[in-house]
Amino acid sequence: MDQFVINLLFVGASFALYIGIAIWARAGSTSEFYAAGRGVHPVTNGMATAADWMSAASFISMAGLIAFTGYDNSSFLMGWTGGYVLLALLLAPYLRKFGKFTVSEFIGDRFYSPTARIVAVICLIVASTTYVIGQMTGVGVAFGRFLEVSNTAGLLIGACVVFAYAVFGGMKGVTYTQVAQYCVLIMAYTIPAIFISLQLTGTPIPALGLFGDHAASGEPLLAKLDAIVTELGFNEYTAHHSDTLNMVLFTLSLMIGTAGLPHVIMRFFTVPRVADARWSAGWTLVFIALLYLTAPAVGAMARLNITEMMWPNGGIDGGAVTVQQIENDPQYDWMSTWQKTGLLAWEDKNGDGAIQYYNDKNADMTAVAEANGWAGNELTKFNRDILVLANPEIANLPGWVIGLVAAGGLAAALSTAAGLLLAISSAVSHDLIKGSINPNISEKNELLSARIAMAVAIAVATYLGLNPPGFAAQTVALAFGLAAASIFPALMMGIFSTRINNTGAVAGMIAGLTITLLYIFLHKGWFFIPDTNSFTDADPLLGTIKSTSFGAIGAAVNFAVAFVVAGMTKETPKEIVDLVESVRVPRGAGAAQDH
Amino acid sequence: MTDQSTHGTGASESDKTYWQANLRIIYVSLVIWALVSFGFGILLRPLLAGISVGGTDLGFWFAQQGSILVFLGLIFFYAWRMNTLDREHGVEEE
Repeated sequence: MDQFVINLLFVGASFALYIGIAIWARAGSTSEFYAAGRGVHPVTNGMATAADWMSAASFISMAGLIAFTGYDNSSFLMGWTGGYVLLALLLAPYLRKFGKFTVSEFIGDRFYSPTARIVAVICLIVASTTYVIGQMTGVGVAFGRFLEVSNTAGLLIGACVVFAYAVFGGMKGVTYTQVAQYCVLIMAYTIPAIFISLQLTGTPIPALGLFGDHAASGEPLLAKLDAIVTELGFNEYTAHHSDTLNMVLFTLSLMIGTAGLPHVIMRFFTVPRVADARWSAGWTLVFIALLYLTAPAVGAMARLNITEMMWPNGGIDGGAVTVQQIENDPQYDWMSTWQKTGLLAWEDKNGDGAIQYYNDKNADMTAVAEANGWAGNELTKFNRDILVLANPEIANLPGWVIGLVAAGGLAAALSTAAGLLLAISSAVSHDLIKGSINPNISEKNELLSARIAMAVAIAVATYLGLNPPGFAAQTVALAFGLAAASIFPALMMGIFSTRINNTGAVAGMIAGLTITLLYIFLHKGWFFIPDTNSFTDADPLLGTIKSTSFGAIGAAVNFAVAFVVAGMTKETPKEIVDLVESVRVPRGAGAAQDH
Repeated sequence: MTDQSTHGTGASESDKTYWQANLRIIYVSLVIWALVSFGFGILLRPLLAGISVGGTDLGFWFAQQGSILVFLGLIFFYAWRMNTLDREHGVEEE
């Protein structure tokens, strides 16, 4: 069967499943729409949260970033899992005890200030929308590639599917749909990895294979990889080459951002009890860890496979792969397939009929290149985002595995987009309209406005996905920085300090948000308009701190400003101190309710 | 992070002891959290370079695998410990 038909079958079947579940679990009341009636089991909730959290960035992008950089990109692995420790210890149980539906509702009540609530809503909408834009861009690329339609058509199809189940389903529909999406995406990620690990190391568990022995040479896999890439002038895979301060701050920003993203925090409102909120965070990380422990193995093994394919006869001495081999050997079919997307390219610069892949930026390689008559690196383009999607083809796996990976990549992007849309719609209908503009709105109209907000958000995200303000990575960095610098500190201080008052919290959030936005815009351009930046991440304003790492500093500014301002203004009223103290003990959580 | 303000009279003595015990567990857990990721995974990696794990050193293992496993252990330990603490202090739900 043709690969296109197989892809279509896998993607089509998985979508029929998601939409079927969304219709079956359709929400009837506002409570069900936002929080699934609080009847979701911790394991189910953990699985849905994992699907919600792991986006196109985790599924498609991360292993590729690790493959081509090695140790230095460990920040993604530690940052995107370590945030769950903060979430489980510092936020989840208390927010569940508080017993409201949204993050901004907590901030508004705890800081007894409608202004605080509106500031929180603004942070939340901006962070979530920018994140959705990145997802929609990913949806467009993945749909376009696997359905063999244009990027625009792919994006529009994806937008319709997200709209269908997020708008009609609400949280309950999304929860069960996301459980299905988790199953699809984790199978799609681990099955090819298991095959490849067996081929390379003889171990069926990729995470163990990574630290095991390379079957063909008998050497440890990572030692073999280090030797192969350094021979070609690339950085040693396992060594530390980046700036340490920036790596620490980047990891910390990803951790705090994870614990401050509203669509993830919202998940912990949907478990029945405080004790379950604690377990639920653990289960979420179990399901995330299945992918995150596999990702570094996928990266290292793919890097080894690709390098060996480019030098098929045992390193430089054996000679590079020939153009004829790439064009005729079925093992190299993936290269022609991906060449069509424009994301992979090669060029026989020295006209010797072979493609030499090496690091021509490394001065030590000049002598080697001269001695062998090379005229620069001839694998001219290898987009890191294609690595996971191309991986089963590179390893010569059967067609159904490739179809499964297509369905998995789409599941990752769609589930995250749907979760973010839900966070946006509840912020608008629940916090903005019901909370501030029209408190007497009927339940039916509130639900309607939530759905309209969702439709507007998806329209905006689709439009910006067609004309993205920058690369997905830039918008995702902004989303993380904003969440880290604005929402997380406010939530944490709201629970752990009774001294922080309304003015302190509002000042802290505004300060953290503004300084982070400013730093990002200075480096990435104002509102991401190209060429309006004053600095670049290669030569940042503050020492070695890149704009993607600034979220941690923004958060520190938020804390500091909040404490100083709160110290100069009136103490928190007694009823709020009582509220904080009641949030700290689980007793009576069942009684807490909306309104 | 917490303050010792005394103007909140709503909480009973037992609730305050419970909160102090919770804070101690959080402090210890966060020290371990930082030690395995920022410590062993990044800053202290040169010190661990002598301990080899599967073709590389222990710091690399912590950065790519070990820290994730410790995070998992921490969250489940915290959930179990707190659910026990709730009952010891009589503040559990229902």
